[in-house]
Amino acid sequence: MEYRDELYIDVKPEEFRSKCLELHKKLSSPVMMYFAVDERTEKKSFAVYCAFLDWADKRWVFVKMQLPEGQTRFESISKDVFSAALFEREMKEMFGLEPGGNPDLRRLHLHDEVWPEGFYPLRKDFIPPERAQRSDGAYRFKKVEGEGIFEVPVGPVHAGIIGPGHFRFSAAGEPVISLEARLGFTHRGVEKLFEKMPSAGSDDAVSFSERVSGDSAFAYSTAYCRGIEKIYGLRVPERAQYIRAIFLELERIYNHTNDIGGIAVDVGFTFPNAFASIMKENTLALNEKISGSRYLKGVNEVGGVSRDFGGSERKALLDHLDGISKDFRELKAILGSSISFMDRVDKTGILKKKTAVDLGIVGLAARASGIPMDLRKTFPGVYAEANFNLIREEDGDVLARLNVRLREFEESVRLIREFIRIMAPGDISAASKIEPKPGCGIGYAEGWRGPVLFWIKTDASGRIERCKIVDPSFHNWQGLCFAVLGNIIPDFPLCNKSFDLSYPGNDL
Amino acid sequence: MKNIIKNRILKGIADIPIGRDAKEAEKLGEELKARILKRFGRSFHIREVDTGSCNGCESEIIATTNPIYDIQRFGIDFVASPRHADALLVTGPVSKNMALALRRTYDAMPEPKFVITLGDCALDSGAFKDSYYVAGGVKEVLPVDMHIPGCPPNPLTIIKSLLAFLDT
Repeated sequence: MEYRDELYIDVKPEEFRSKCLELHKKLSSPVMMYFAVDERTEKKSFAVYCAFLDWADKRWVFVKMQLPEGQTRFESISKDVFSAALFEREMKEMFGLEPGGNPDLRRLHLHDEVWPEGFYPLRKDFIPPERAQRSDGAYRFKKVEGEGIFEVPVGPVHAGIIGPGHFRFSAAGEPVISLEARLGFTHRGVEKLFEKMPSAGSDDAVSFSERVSGDSAFAYSTAYCRGIEKIYGLRVPERAQYIRAIFLELERIYNHTNDIGGIAVDVGFTFPNAFASIMKENTLALNEKISGSRYLKGVNEVGGVSRDFGGSERKALLDHLDGISKDFRELKAILGSSISFMDRVDKTGILKKKTAVDLGIVGLAARASGIPMDLRKTFPGVYAEANFNLIREEDGDVLARLNVRLREFEESVRLIREFIRIMAPGDISAASKIEPKPGCGIGYAEGWRGPVLFWIKTDASGRIERCKIVDPSFHNWQGLCFAVLGNIIPDFPLCNKSFDLSYPGNDL
Repeated sequence: MKNIIKNRILKGIADIPIGRDAKEAEKLGEELKARILKRFGRSFHIREVDTGSCNGCESEIIATTNPIYDIQRFGIDFVASPRHADALLVTGPVSKNMALALRRTYDAMPEPKFVITLGDCALDSGAFKDSYYVAGGVKEVLPVDMHIPGCPPNPLTIIKSLLAFLDT
């Protein structure tokens, strides 16, 4: 099976590393996905895929190797490509594959405190342990030692209404010397649960994809549907593509408003937050009005969308955009005119471009550090008709991430207006033509945080054999850990909010 | 800034689509306040813990504190420490990684204490049933006093349910 936007390069295990390094350099792309598939029933061994993004030719390049029968060890690429490191740790705990030469193989999601050795959930012959049990190893945090250095452990339960994660700061006096995030607390076994779905094309599977990361429900269902549509060879009607783009931008609008307010409240400036939360609430109410769900659930289906966009929805949306644009101008003026606010966000939490490139930072945070990366630009689809502008800032600090949000908000409003103007009446779904086919492919969408990626492999009966999900947060949590260095601990919430990363999307 | 505040006072803040809800919230809230006064003295403090939710529930809980619903004016507050809390509000299926943290948060609360679960996942782990890494609904770990259904429940449902809870 060949797709225009995917290229698979089969290599022998001994050539895998050099091929990956070559592509990493040539395409100047971080590792976007890197995962294993248990193919022991058909081919008697594991396969490993590593995906890069080829900006110039607008396609995903996968390097694939089939390990020899019975072998679970392969050569690590993390020492040369840092953005591969977390993926290798994940393969180790989920499949029991050993990336030889990787110095850090601590577990990510399956915590040592509750999960014994030798149980690899994503293997096909996995049987869960009968009871909770510790593993022999213990998670070791990196240690900073020296006179006057102290550690501040925070979490997993935080003070706010927010997801769980453990942060360990090492500080000497005020500035942070090292921050390590230990995540995985909301691990629910999402990828394995996808394999249990009776049918990949069903509404159940789509609605499950909406429940992986609640604030990106629409980006997730879009990415999932696109993956399945590609494998099944379904042509999504143009009108459905426009409707998807409109909702994707609405999701961006409500989340960006939320974060703009959040950044203000984290420096103790509560008024703009109250203001922004009204804007968010109004957008959620609008979502409910035009889609039936405050979080845009139930709109997507494999083949298109389940609800058309009629005259009354159109009017409600346009009226809302007028209202919210006015509010937005006020919000922007409030923030911009407060010197103490600007002083706090300017030059705080800088993520340098070089660091961002090395870590493989994606999405909004990458654009704030000067990396022109946006799937809406690389794979425009209907965005090309609306002349999409990529928003980029150079400084990589909290202010830059705030500015990217402010400018993207305006761009999203403009895009929606354009989409409404251009889109023509027509079909909205090809769902009636669903016919299960075996195959594999990548589905993607530029959510508000960044690219949401689904790599899916289906079998002939319509079930999912493997579903690998990569949330932008998986790359970007590391960015946060570097951005706070040298800042004072009280500025951590501010830096954190400026990234606003997902716990459930990262932990899966 | 002066201009903005003046504008807001003159124009009001509630937008058209939620005007109806805001009024309902007001009405419910007054009842809520009366009951809190009767049963808890002055206020009812909640500590929220996410044990594996998708953050949809968190978003709606936060929405109850926005100026439109503003649950705080009725005497309900979300507090930073379990030591200050009357009730624990739990969202999400219980991931194995969070079972201990949940238990410890509960143990840190002073008596009398209540546990409220919010969202379909917290009841019986919802869409994540049968996962190898989910310890089940919250009731497998803690005694639960009330459940607020929905995926996620909207802010008005949350306010109404809390009202019903304080009624019992």
